[in-house]
Amino acid sequence: MKRTAPEVLPAEGGLGDEPLLAVDDLHVEFHTRAGVVRAVNGVSYTVNPGETLAVLGESGSGKSVTAQAIMGILDMPPAVIPQGEIRFKGTDLLKLSDDARTQVRGQRIAMVFQDALSALNPVFTVGWQISEMFRVHRGMSKSDAMKKAVELMDKVRIPAAKQRVHDYPHQFSGGMRQRIMIAMSIALDPEVLIADEPTTALDVTVQAQIMDLLAELQRESQMGMILITHDLGVVADVADKIAVMYAGRIVENAPVHDIYRAPAHPYTKGLLESIPRVDLKGQELYAIKGLPPNLLDLPTGCAFHPRCPYRQDNCVTSAPPLYEISGTRSSACHYWREVLDGEQQ
Amino acid sequence: MGRYVIRRLIQAIPVLLGATLLIFVIVFALPGDPIAALFGDKRPDPAVAEVLREQYHLNDPLLLQYWYYISGVLFRGDFGVNFADVPVSQLMAGKFQVTLNLAVTALVMEAVIGVGLGLFAALRRGKASDTMILAATLLLISVPTLVTGFVLQLVLGVKLKQWTGADIFPVAGVFAGWRSYLLPGFVLAGLGVAYLTRLTRTSLVETLRADFIRTATAKGLSRRRVIGRHGLRNALIPMVTYLGADLGNLMGGAVITETIFNLPGIGNQLFQSVYLREQPVVVGIVTVLVLIYILANLVVDMLYAVLDPRIRYE
Ligand SMILES: Nc1ncnc2c1ncn2[C@@H]1O[C@H](COP(=O)(O)OP(=O)(O)OP(=O)(O)O)[C@@H](O)[C@H]1O
Ligand SMILES: [Mg+2]
Repeated sequence: MKRTAPEVLPAEGGLGDEPLLAVDDLHVEFHTRAGVVRAVNGVSYTVNPGETLAVLGESGSGKSVTAQAIMGILDMPPAVIPQGEIRFKGTDLLKLSDDARTQVRGQRIAMVFQDALSALNPVFTVGWQISEMFRVHRGMSKSDAMKKAVELMDKVRIPAAKQRVHDYPHQFSGGMRQRIMIAMSIALDPEVLIADEPTTALDVTVQAQIMDLLAELQRESQMGMILITHDLGVVADVADKIAVMYAGRIVENAPVHDIYRAPAHPYTKGLLESIPRVDLKGQELYAIKGLPPNLLDLPTGCAFHPRCPYRQDNCVTSAPPLYEISGTRSSACHYWREVLDGEQQ
Repeated sequence: MGRYVIRRLIQAIPVLLGATLLIFVIVFALPGDPIAALFGDKRPDPAVAEVLREQYHLNDPLLLQYWYYISGVLFRGDFGVNFADVPVSQLMAGKFQVTLNLAVTALVMEAVIGVGLGLFAALRRGKASDTMILAATLLLISVPTLVTGFVLQLVLGVKLKQWTGADIFPVAGVFAGWRSYLLPGFVLAGLGVAYLTRLTRTSLVETLRADFIRTATAKGLSRRRVIGRHGLRNALIPMVTYLGADLGNLMGGAVITETIFNLPGIGNQLFQSVYLREQPVVVGIVTVLVLIYILANLVVDMLYAVLDPRIRYE
């Protein structure tokens, strides 16, 4: 069992100018019988230590596929990454050998999945599953690793952890299961934690507790966190910045407060307007008209143009680049100025 | 668990009684006269025949006959005697041993070949070797045991011996010890090998698609550990269940194989006893077979509980 990271990997600590994790112009395609599904078409975002990036976007926009590409858990084939970089402390993970990649996975970059019931192995006790991290990656003995598992379960505030390590996943409630998933992911103090809709399968009160727990763990350890979510309400509380995805692209990148104050992309604007608001109670909710694009046959030009209230002729023919609005903000809309100013055509 | 086992055993009683009664009735309804059969070609002396009828309760109502029989089995372990006055239990003992040897040989072959091929195919899903294995199992399933039995007996048994001079696979009887069981064991296992190969392949392929496999990969575990530990442990559940349940099938289904290879097992005996209308022997054998089925199923259910912690028996 190798315990030291291979030399190609960036050392722990000092970063210089390079972000902790940088996804740069990432493309992911699935080669299926029906054709090539272009799930991710040039995604770029960065995360720094102690920072939370929220990734938003409707179902099918490529949020999870991007995350799986970062983790290196896409099934290839059918997935192909024809272009792009995923830099972890300056090293492009996509160029690493399988071995080196395995050393990063779980130890340096970890992931929390949406549905903990199906994401945990039903036939092993939760203690076994958490302690596996220490046994396999740290070469600990069974009993030492089990002690670590109990500590971690305490840390994520599972009551009676000492007894409950011997229970199986199905014996826990949904919220407790997600805590176990979290305990397992943070076991080896990863520098980046990706949480893919960690609260979607839970009821509302439990959702808030899990988000609080994640935020707290992050504060303690200064991890960089990528939080994939549908829930715009959650985002405002915990995220530092937001990346909005549409049809496998980032359409807007911005600090969280800027985006809530004034979105710079028509799609973001539509998303924000579709949040239920107390002051508009009783009114019909706004919904973005039209359907999400077919990834097998993306629209020409800007992928959002068939649904866009700001559409001009050139939107149909030319795909907008990610326009830099300020040092921290960008939008993939030819007419971001108009959107920002709130001028509706 | 203990209470569950007891409950299952109690539930087994009506099943056992029902099955044996059914067999009793069917055997009774067979055409021909057992006493006449006993005398072979000779005509029985009517007086002697009548004495024998009385002695074997053949003049009593069917249900009463059944009661005499089953109470003997249940309370005294007495399966009665055949018409030659040999205790049926004694008659069965040696035969069951032969059939058990045969069935266990077949079971081991199923486990080793079926699971091996299945895993191999699953890990090479979609490749040429996978397709070939699937085609081979299809062939095995569609060719009757009778054909595979005779063909293998001729080729691997008779011809191979002629060519090499060595009796590698004995083709009849049980005189060569465990080697006598190899060829018949394989013939008997054929169908099971095919099913188990397919089951193993499907089970592992399905399991490897599960979310918890993705989690295991995301934990940074090696592919070997992901498949061998997290995948296999889950995929094992239907495989073990199949093997457990198949022991009963193999014992009950050995008639053709035992006949082809002339093994003095329970299948052979059953065949002869049905022919001779030896009621007590037929019913005795079937009773024990039913019992084995029931016990095998119970064991399978308990294995299931051991392998899958989500299942609780109360
Ligand atoms: N193995 C695959 N083969 C083909 N297409 C795939 C595969 N995996 C994902 N996709 C496609 O990639 C697209 C993006 O999927 P992804 O799971 O990233 O969406 P998402 O933004 O996470 O959506 P959700 O909010 O529903 O989780 C989807 O259209 C999906 O159908
Ligand atoms: Mg998703």
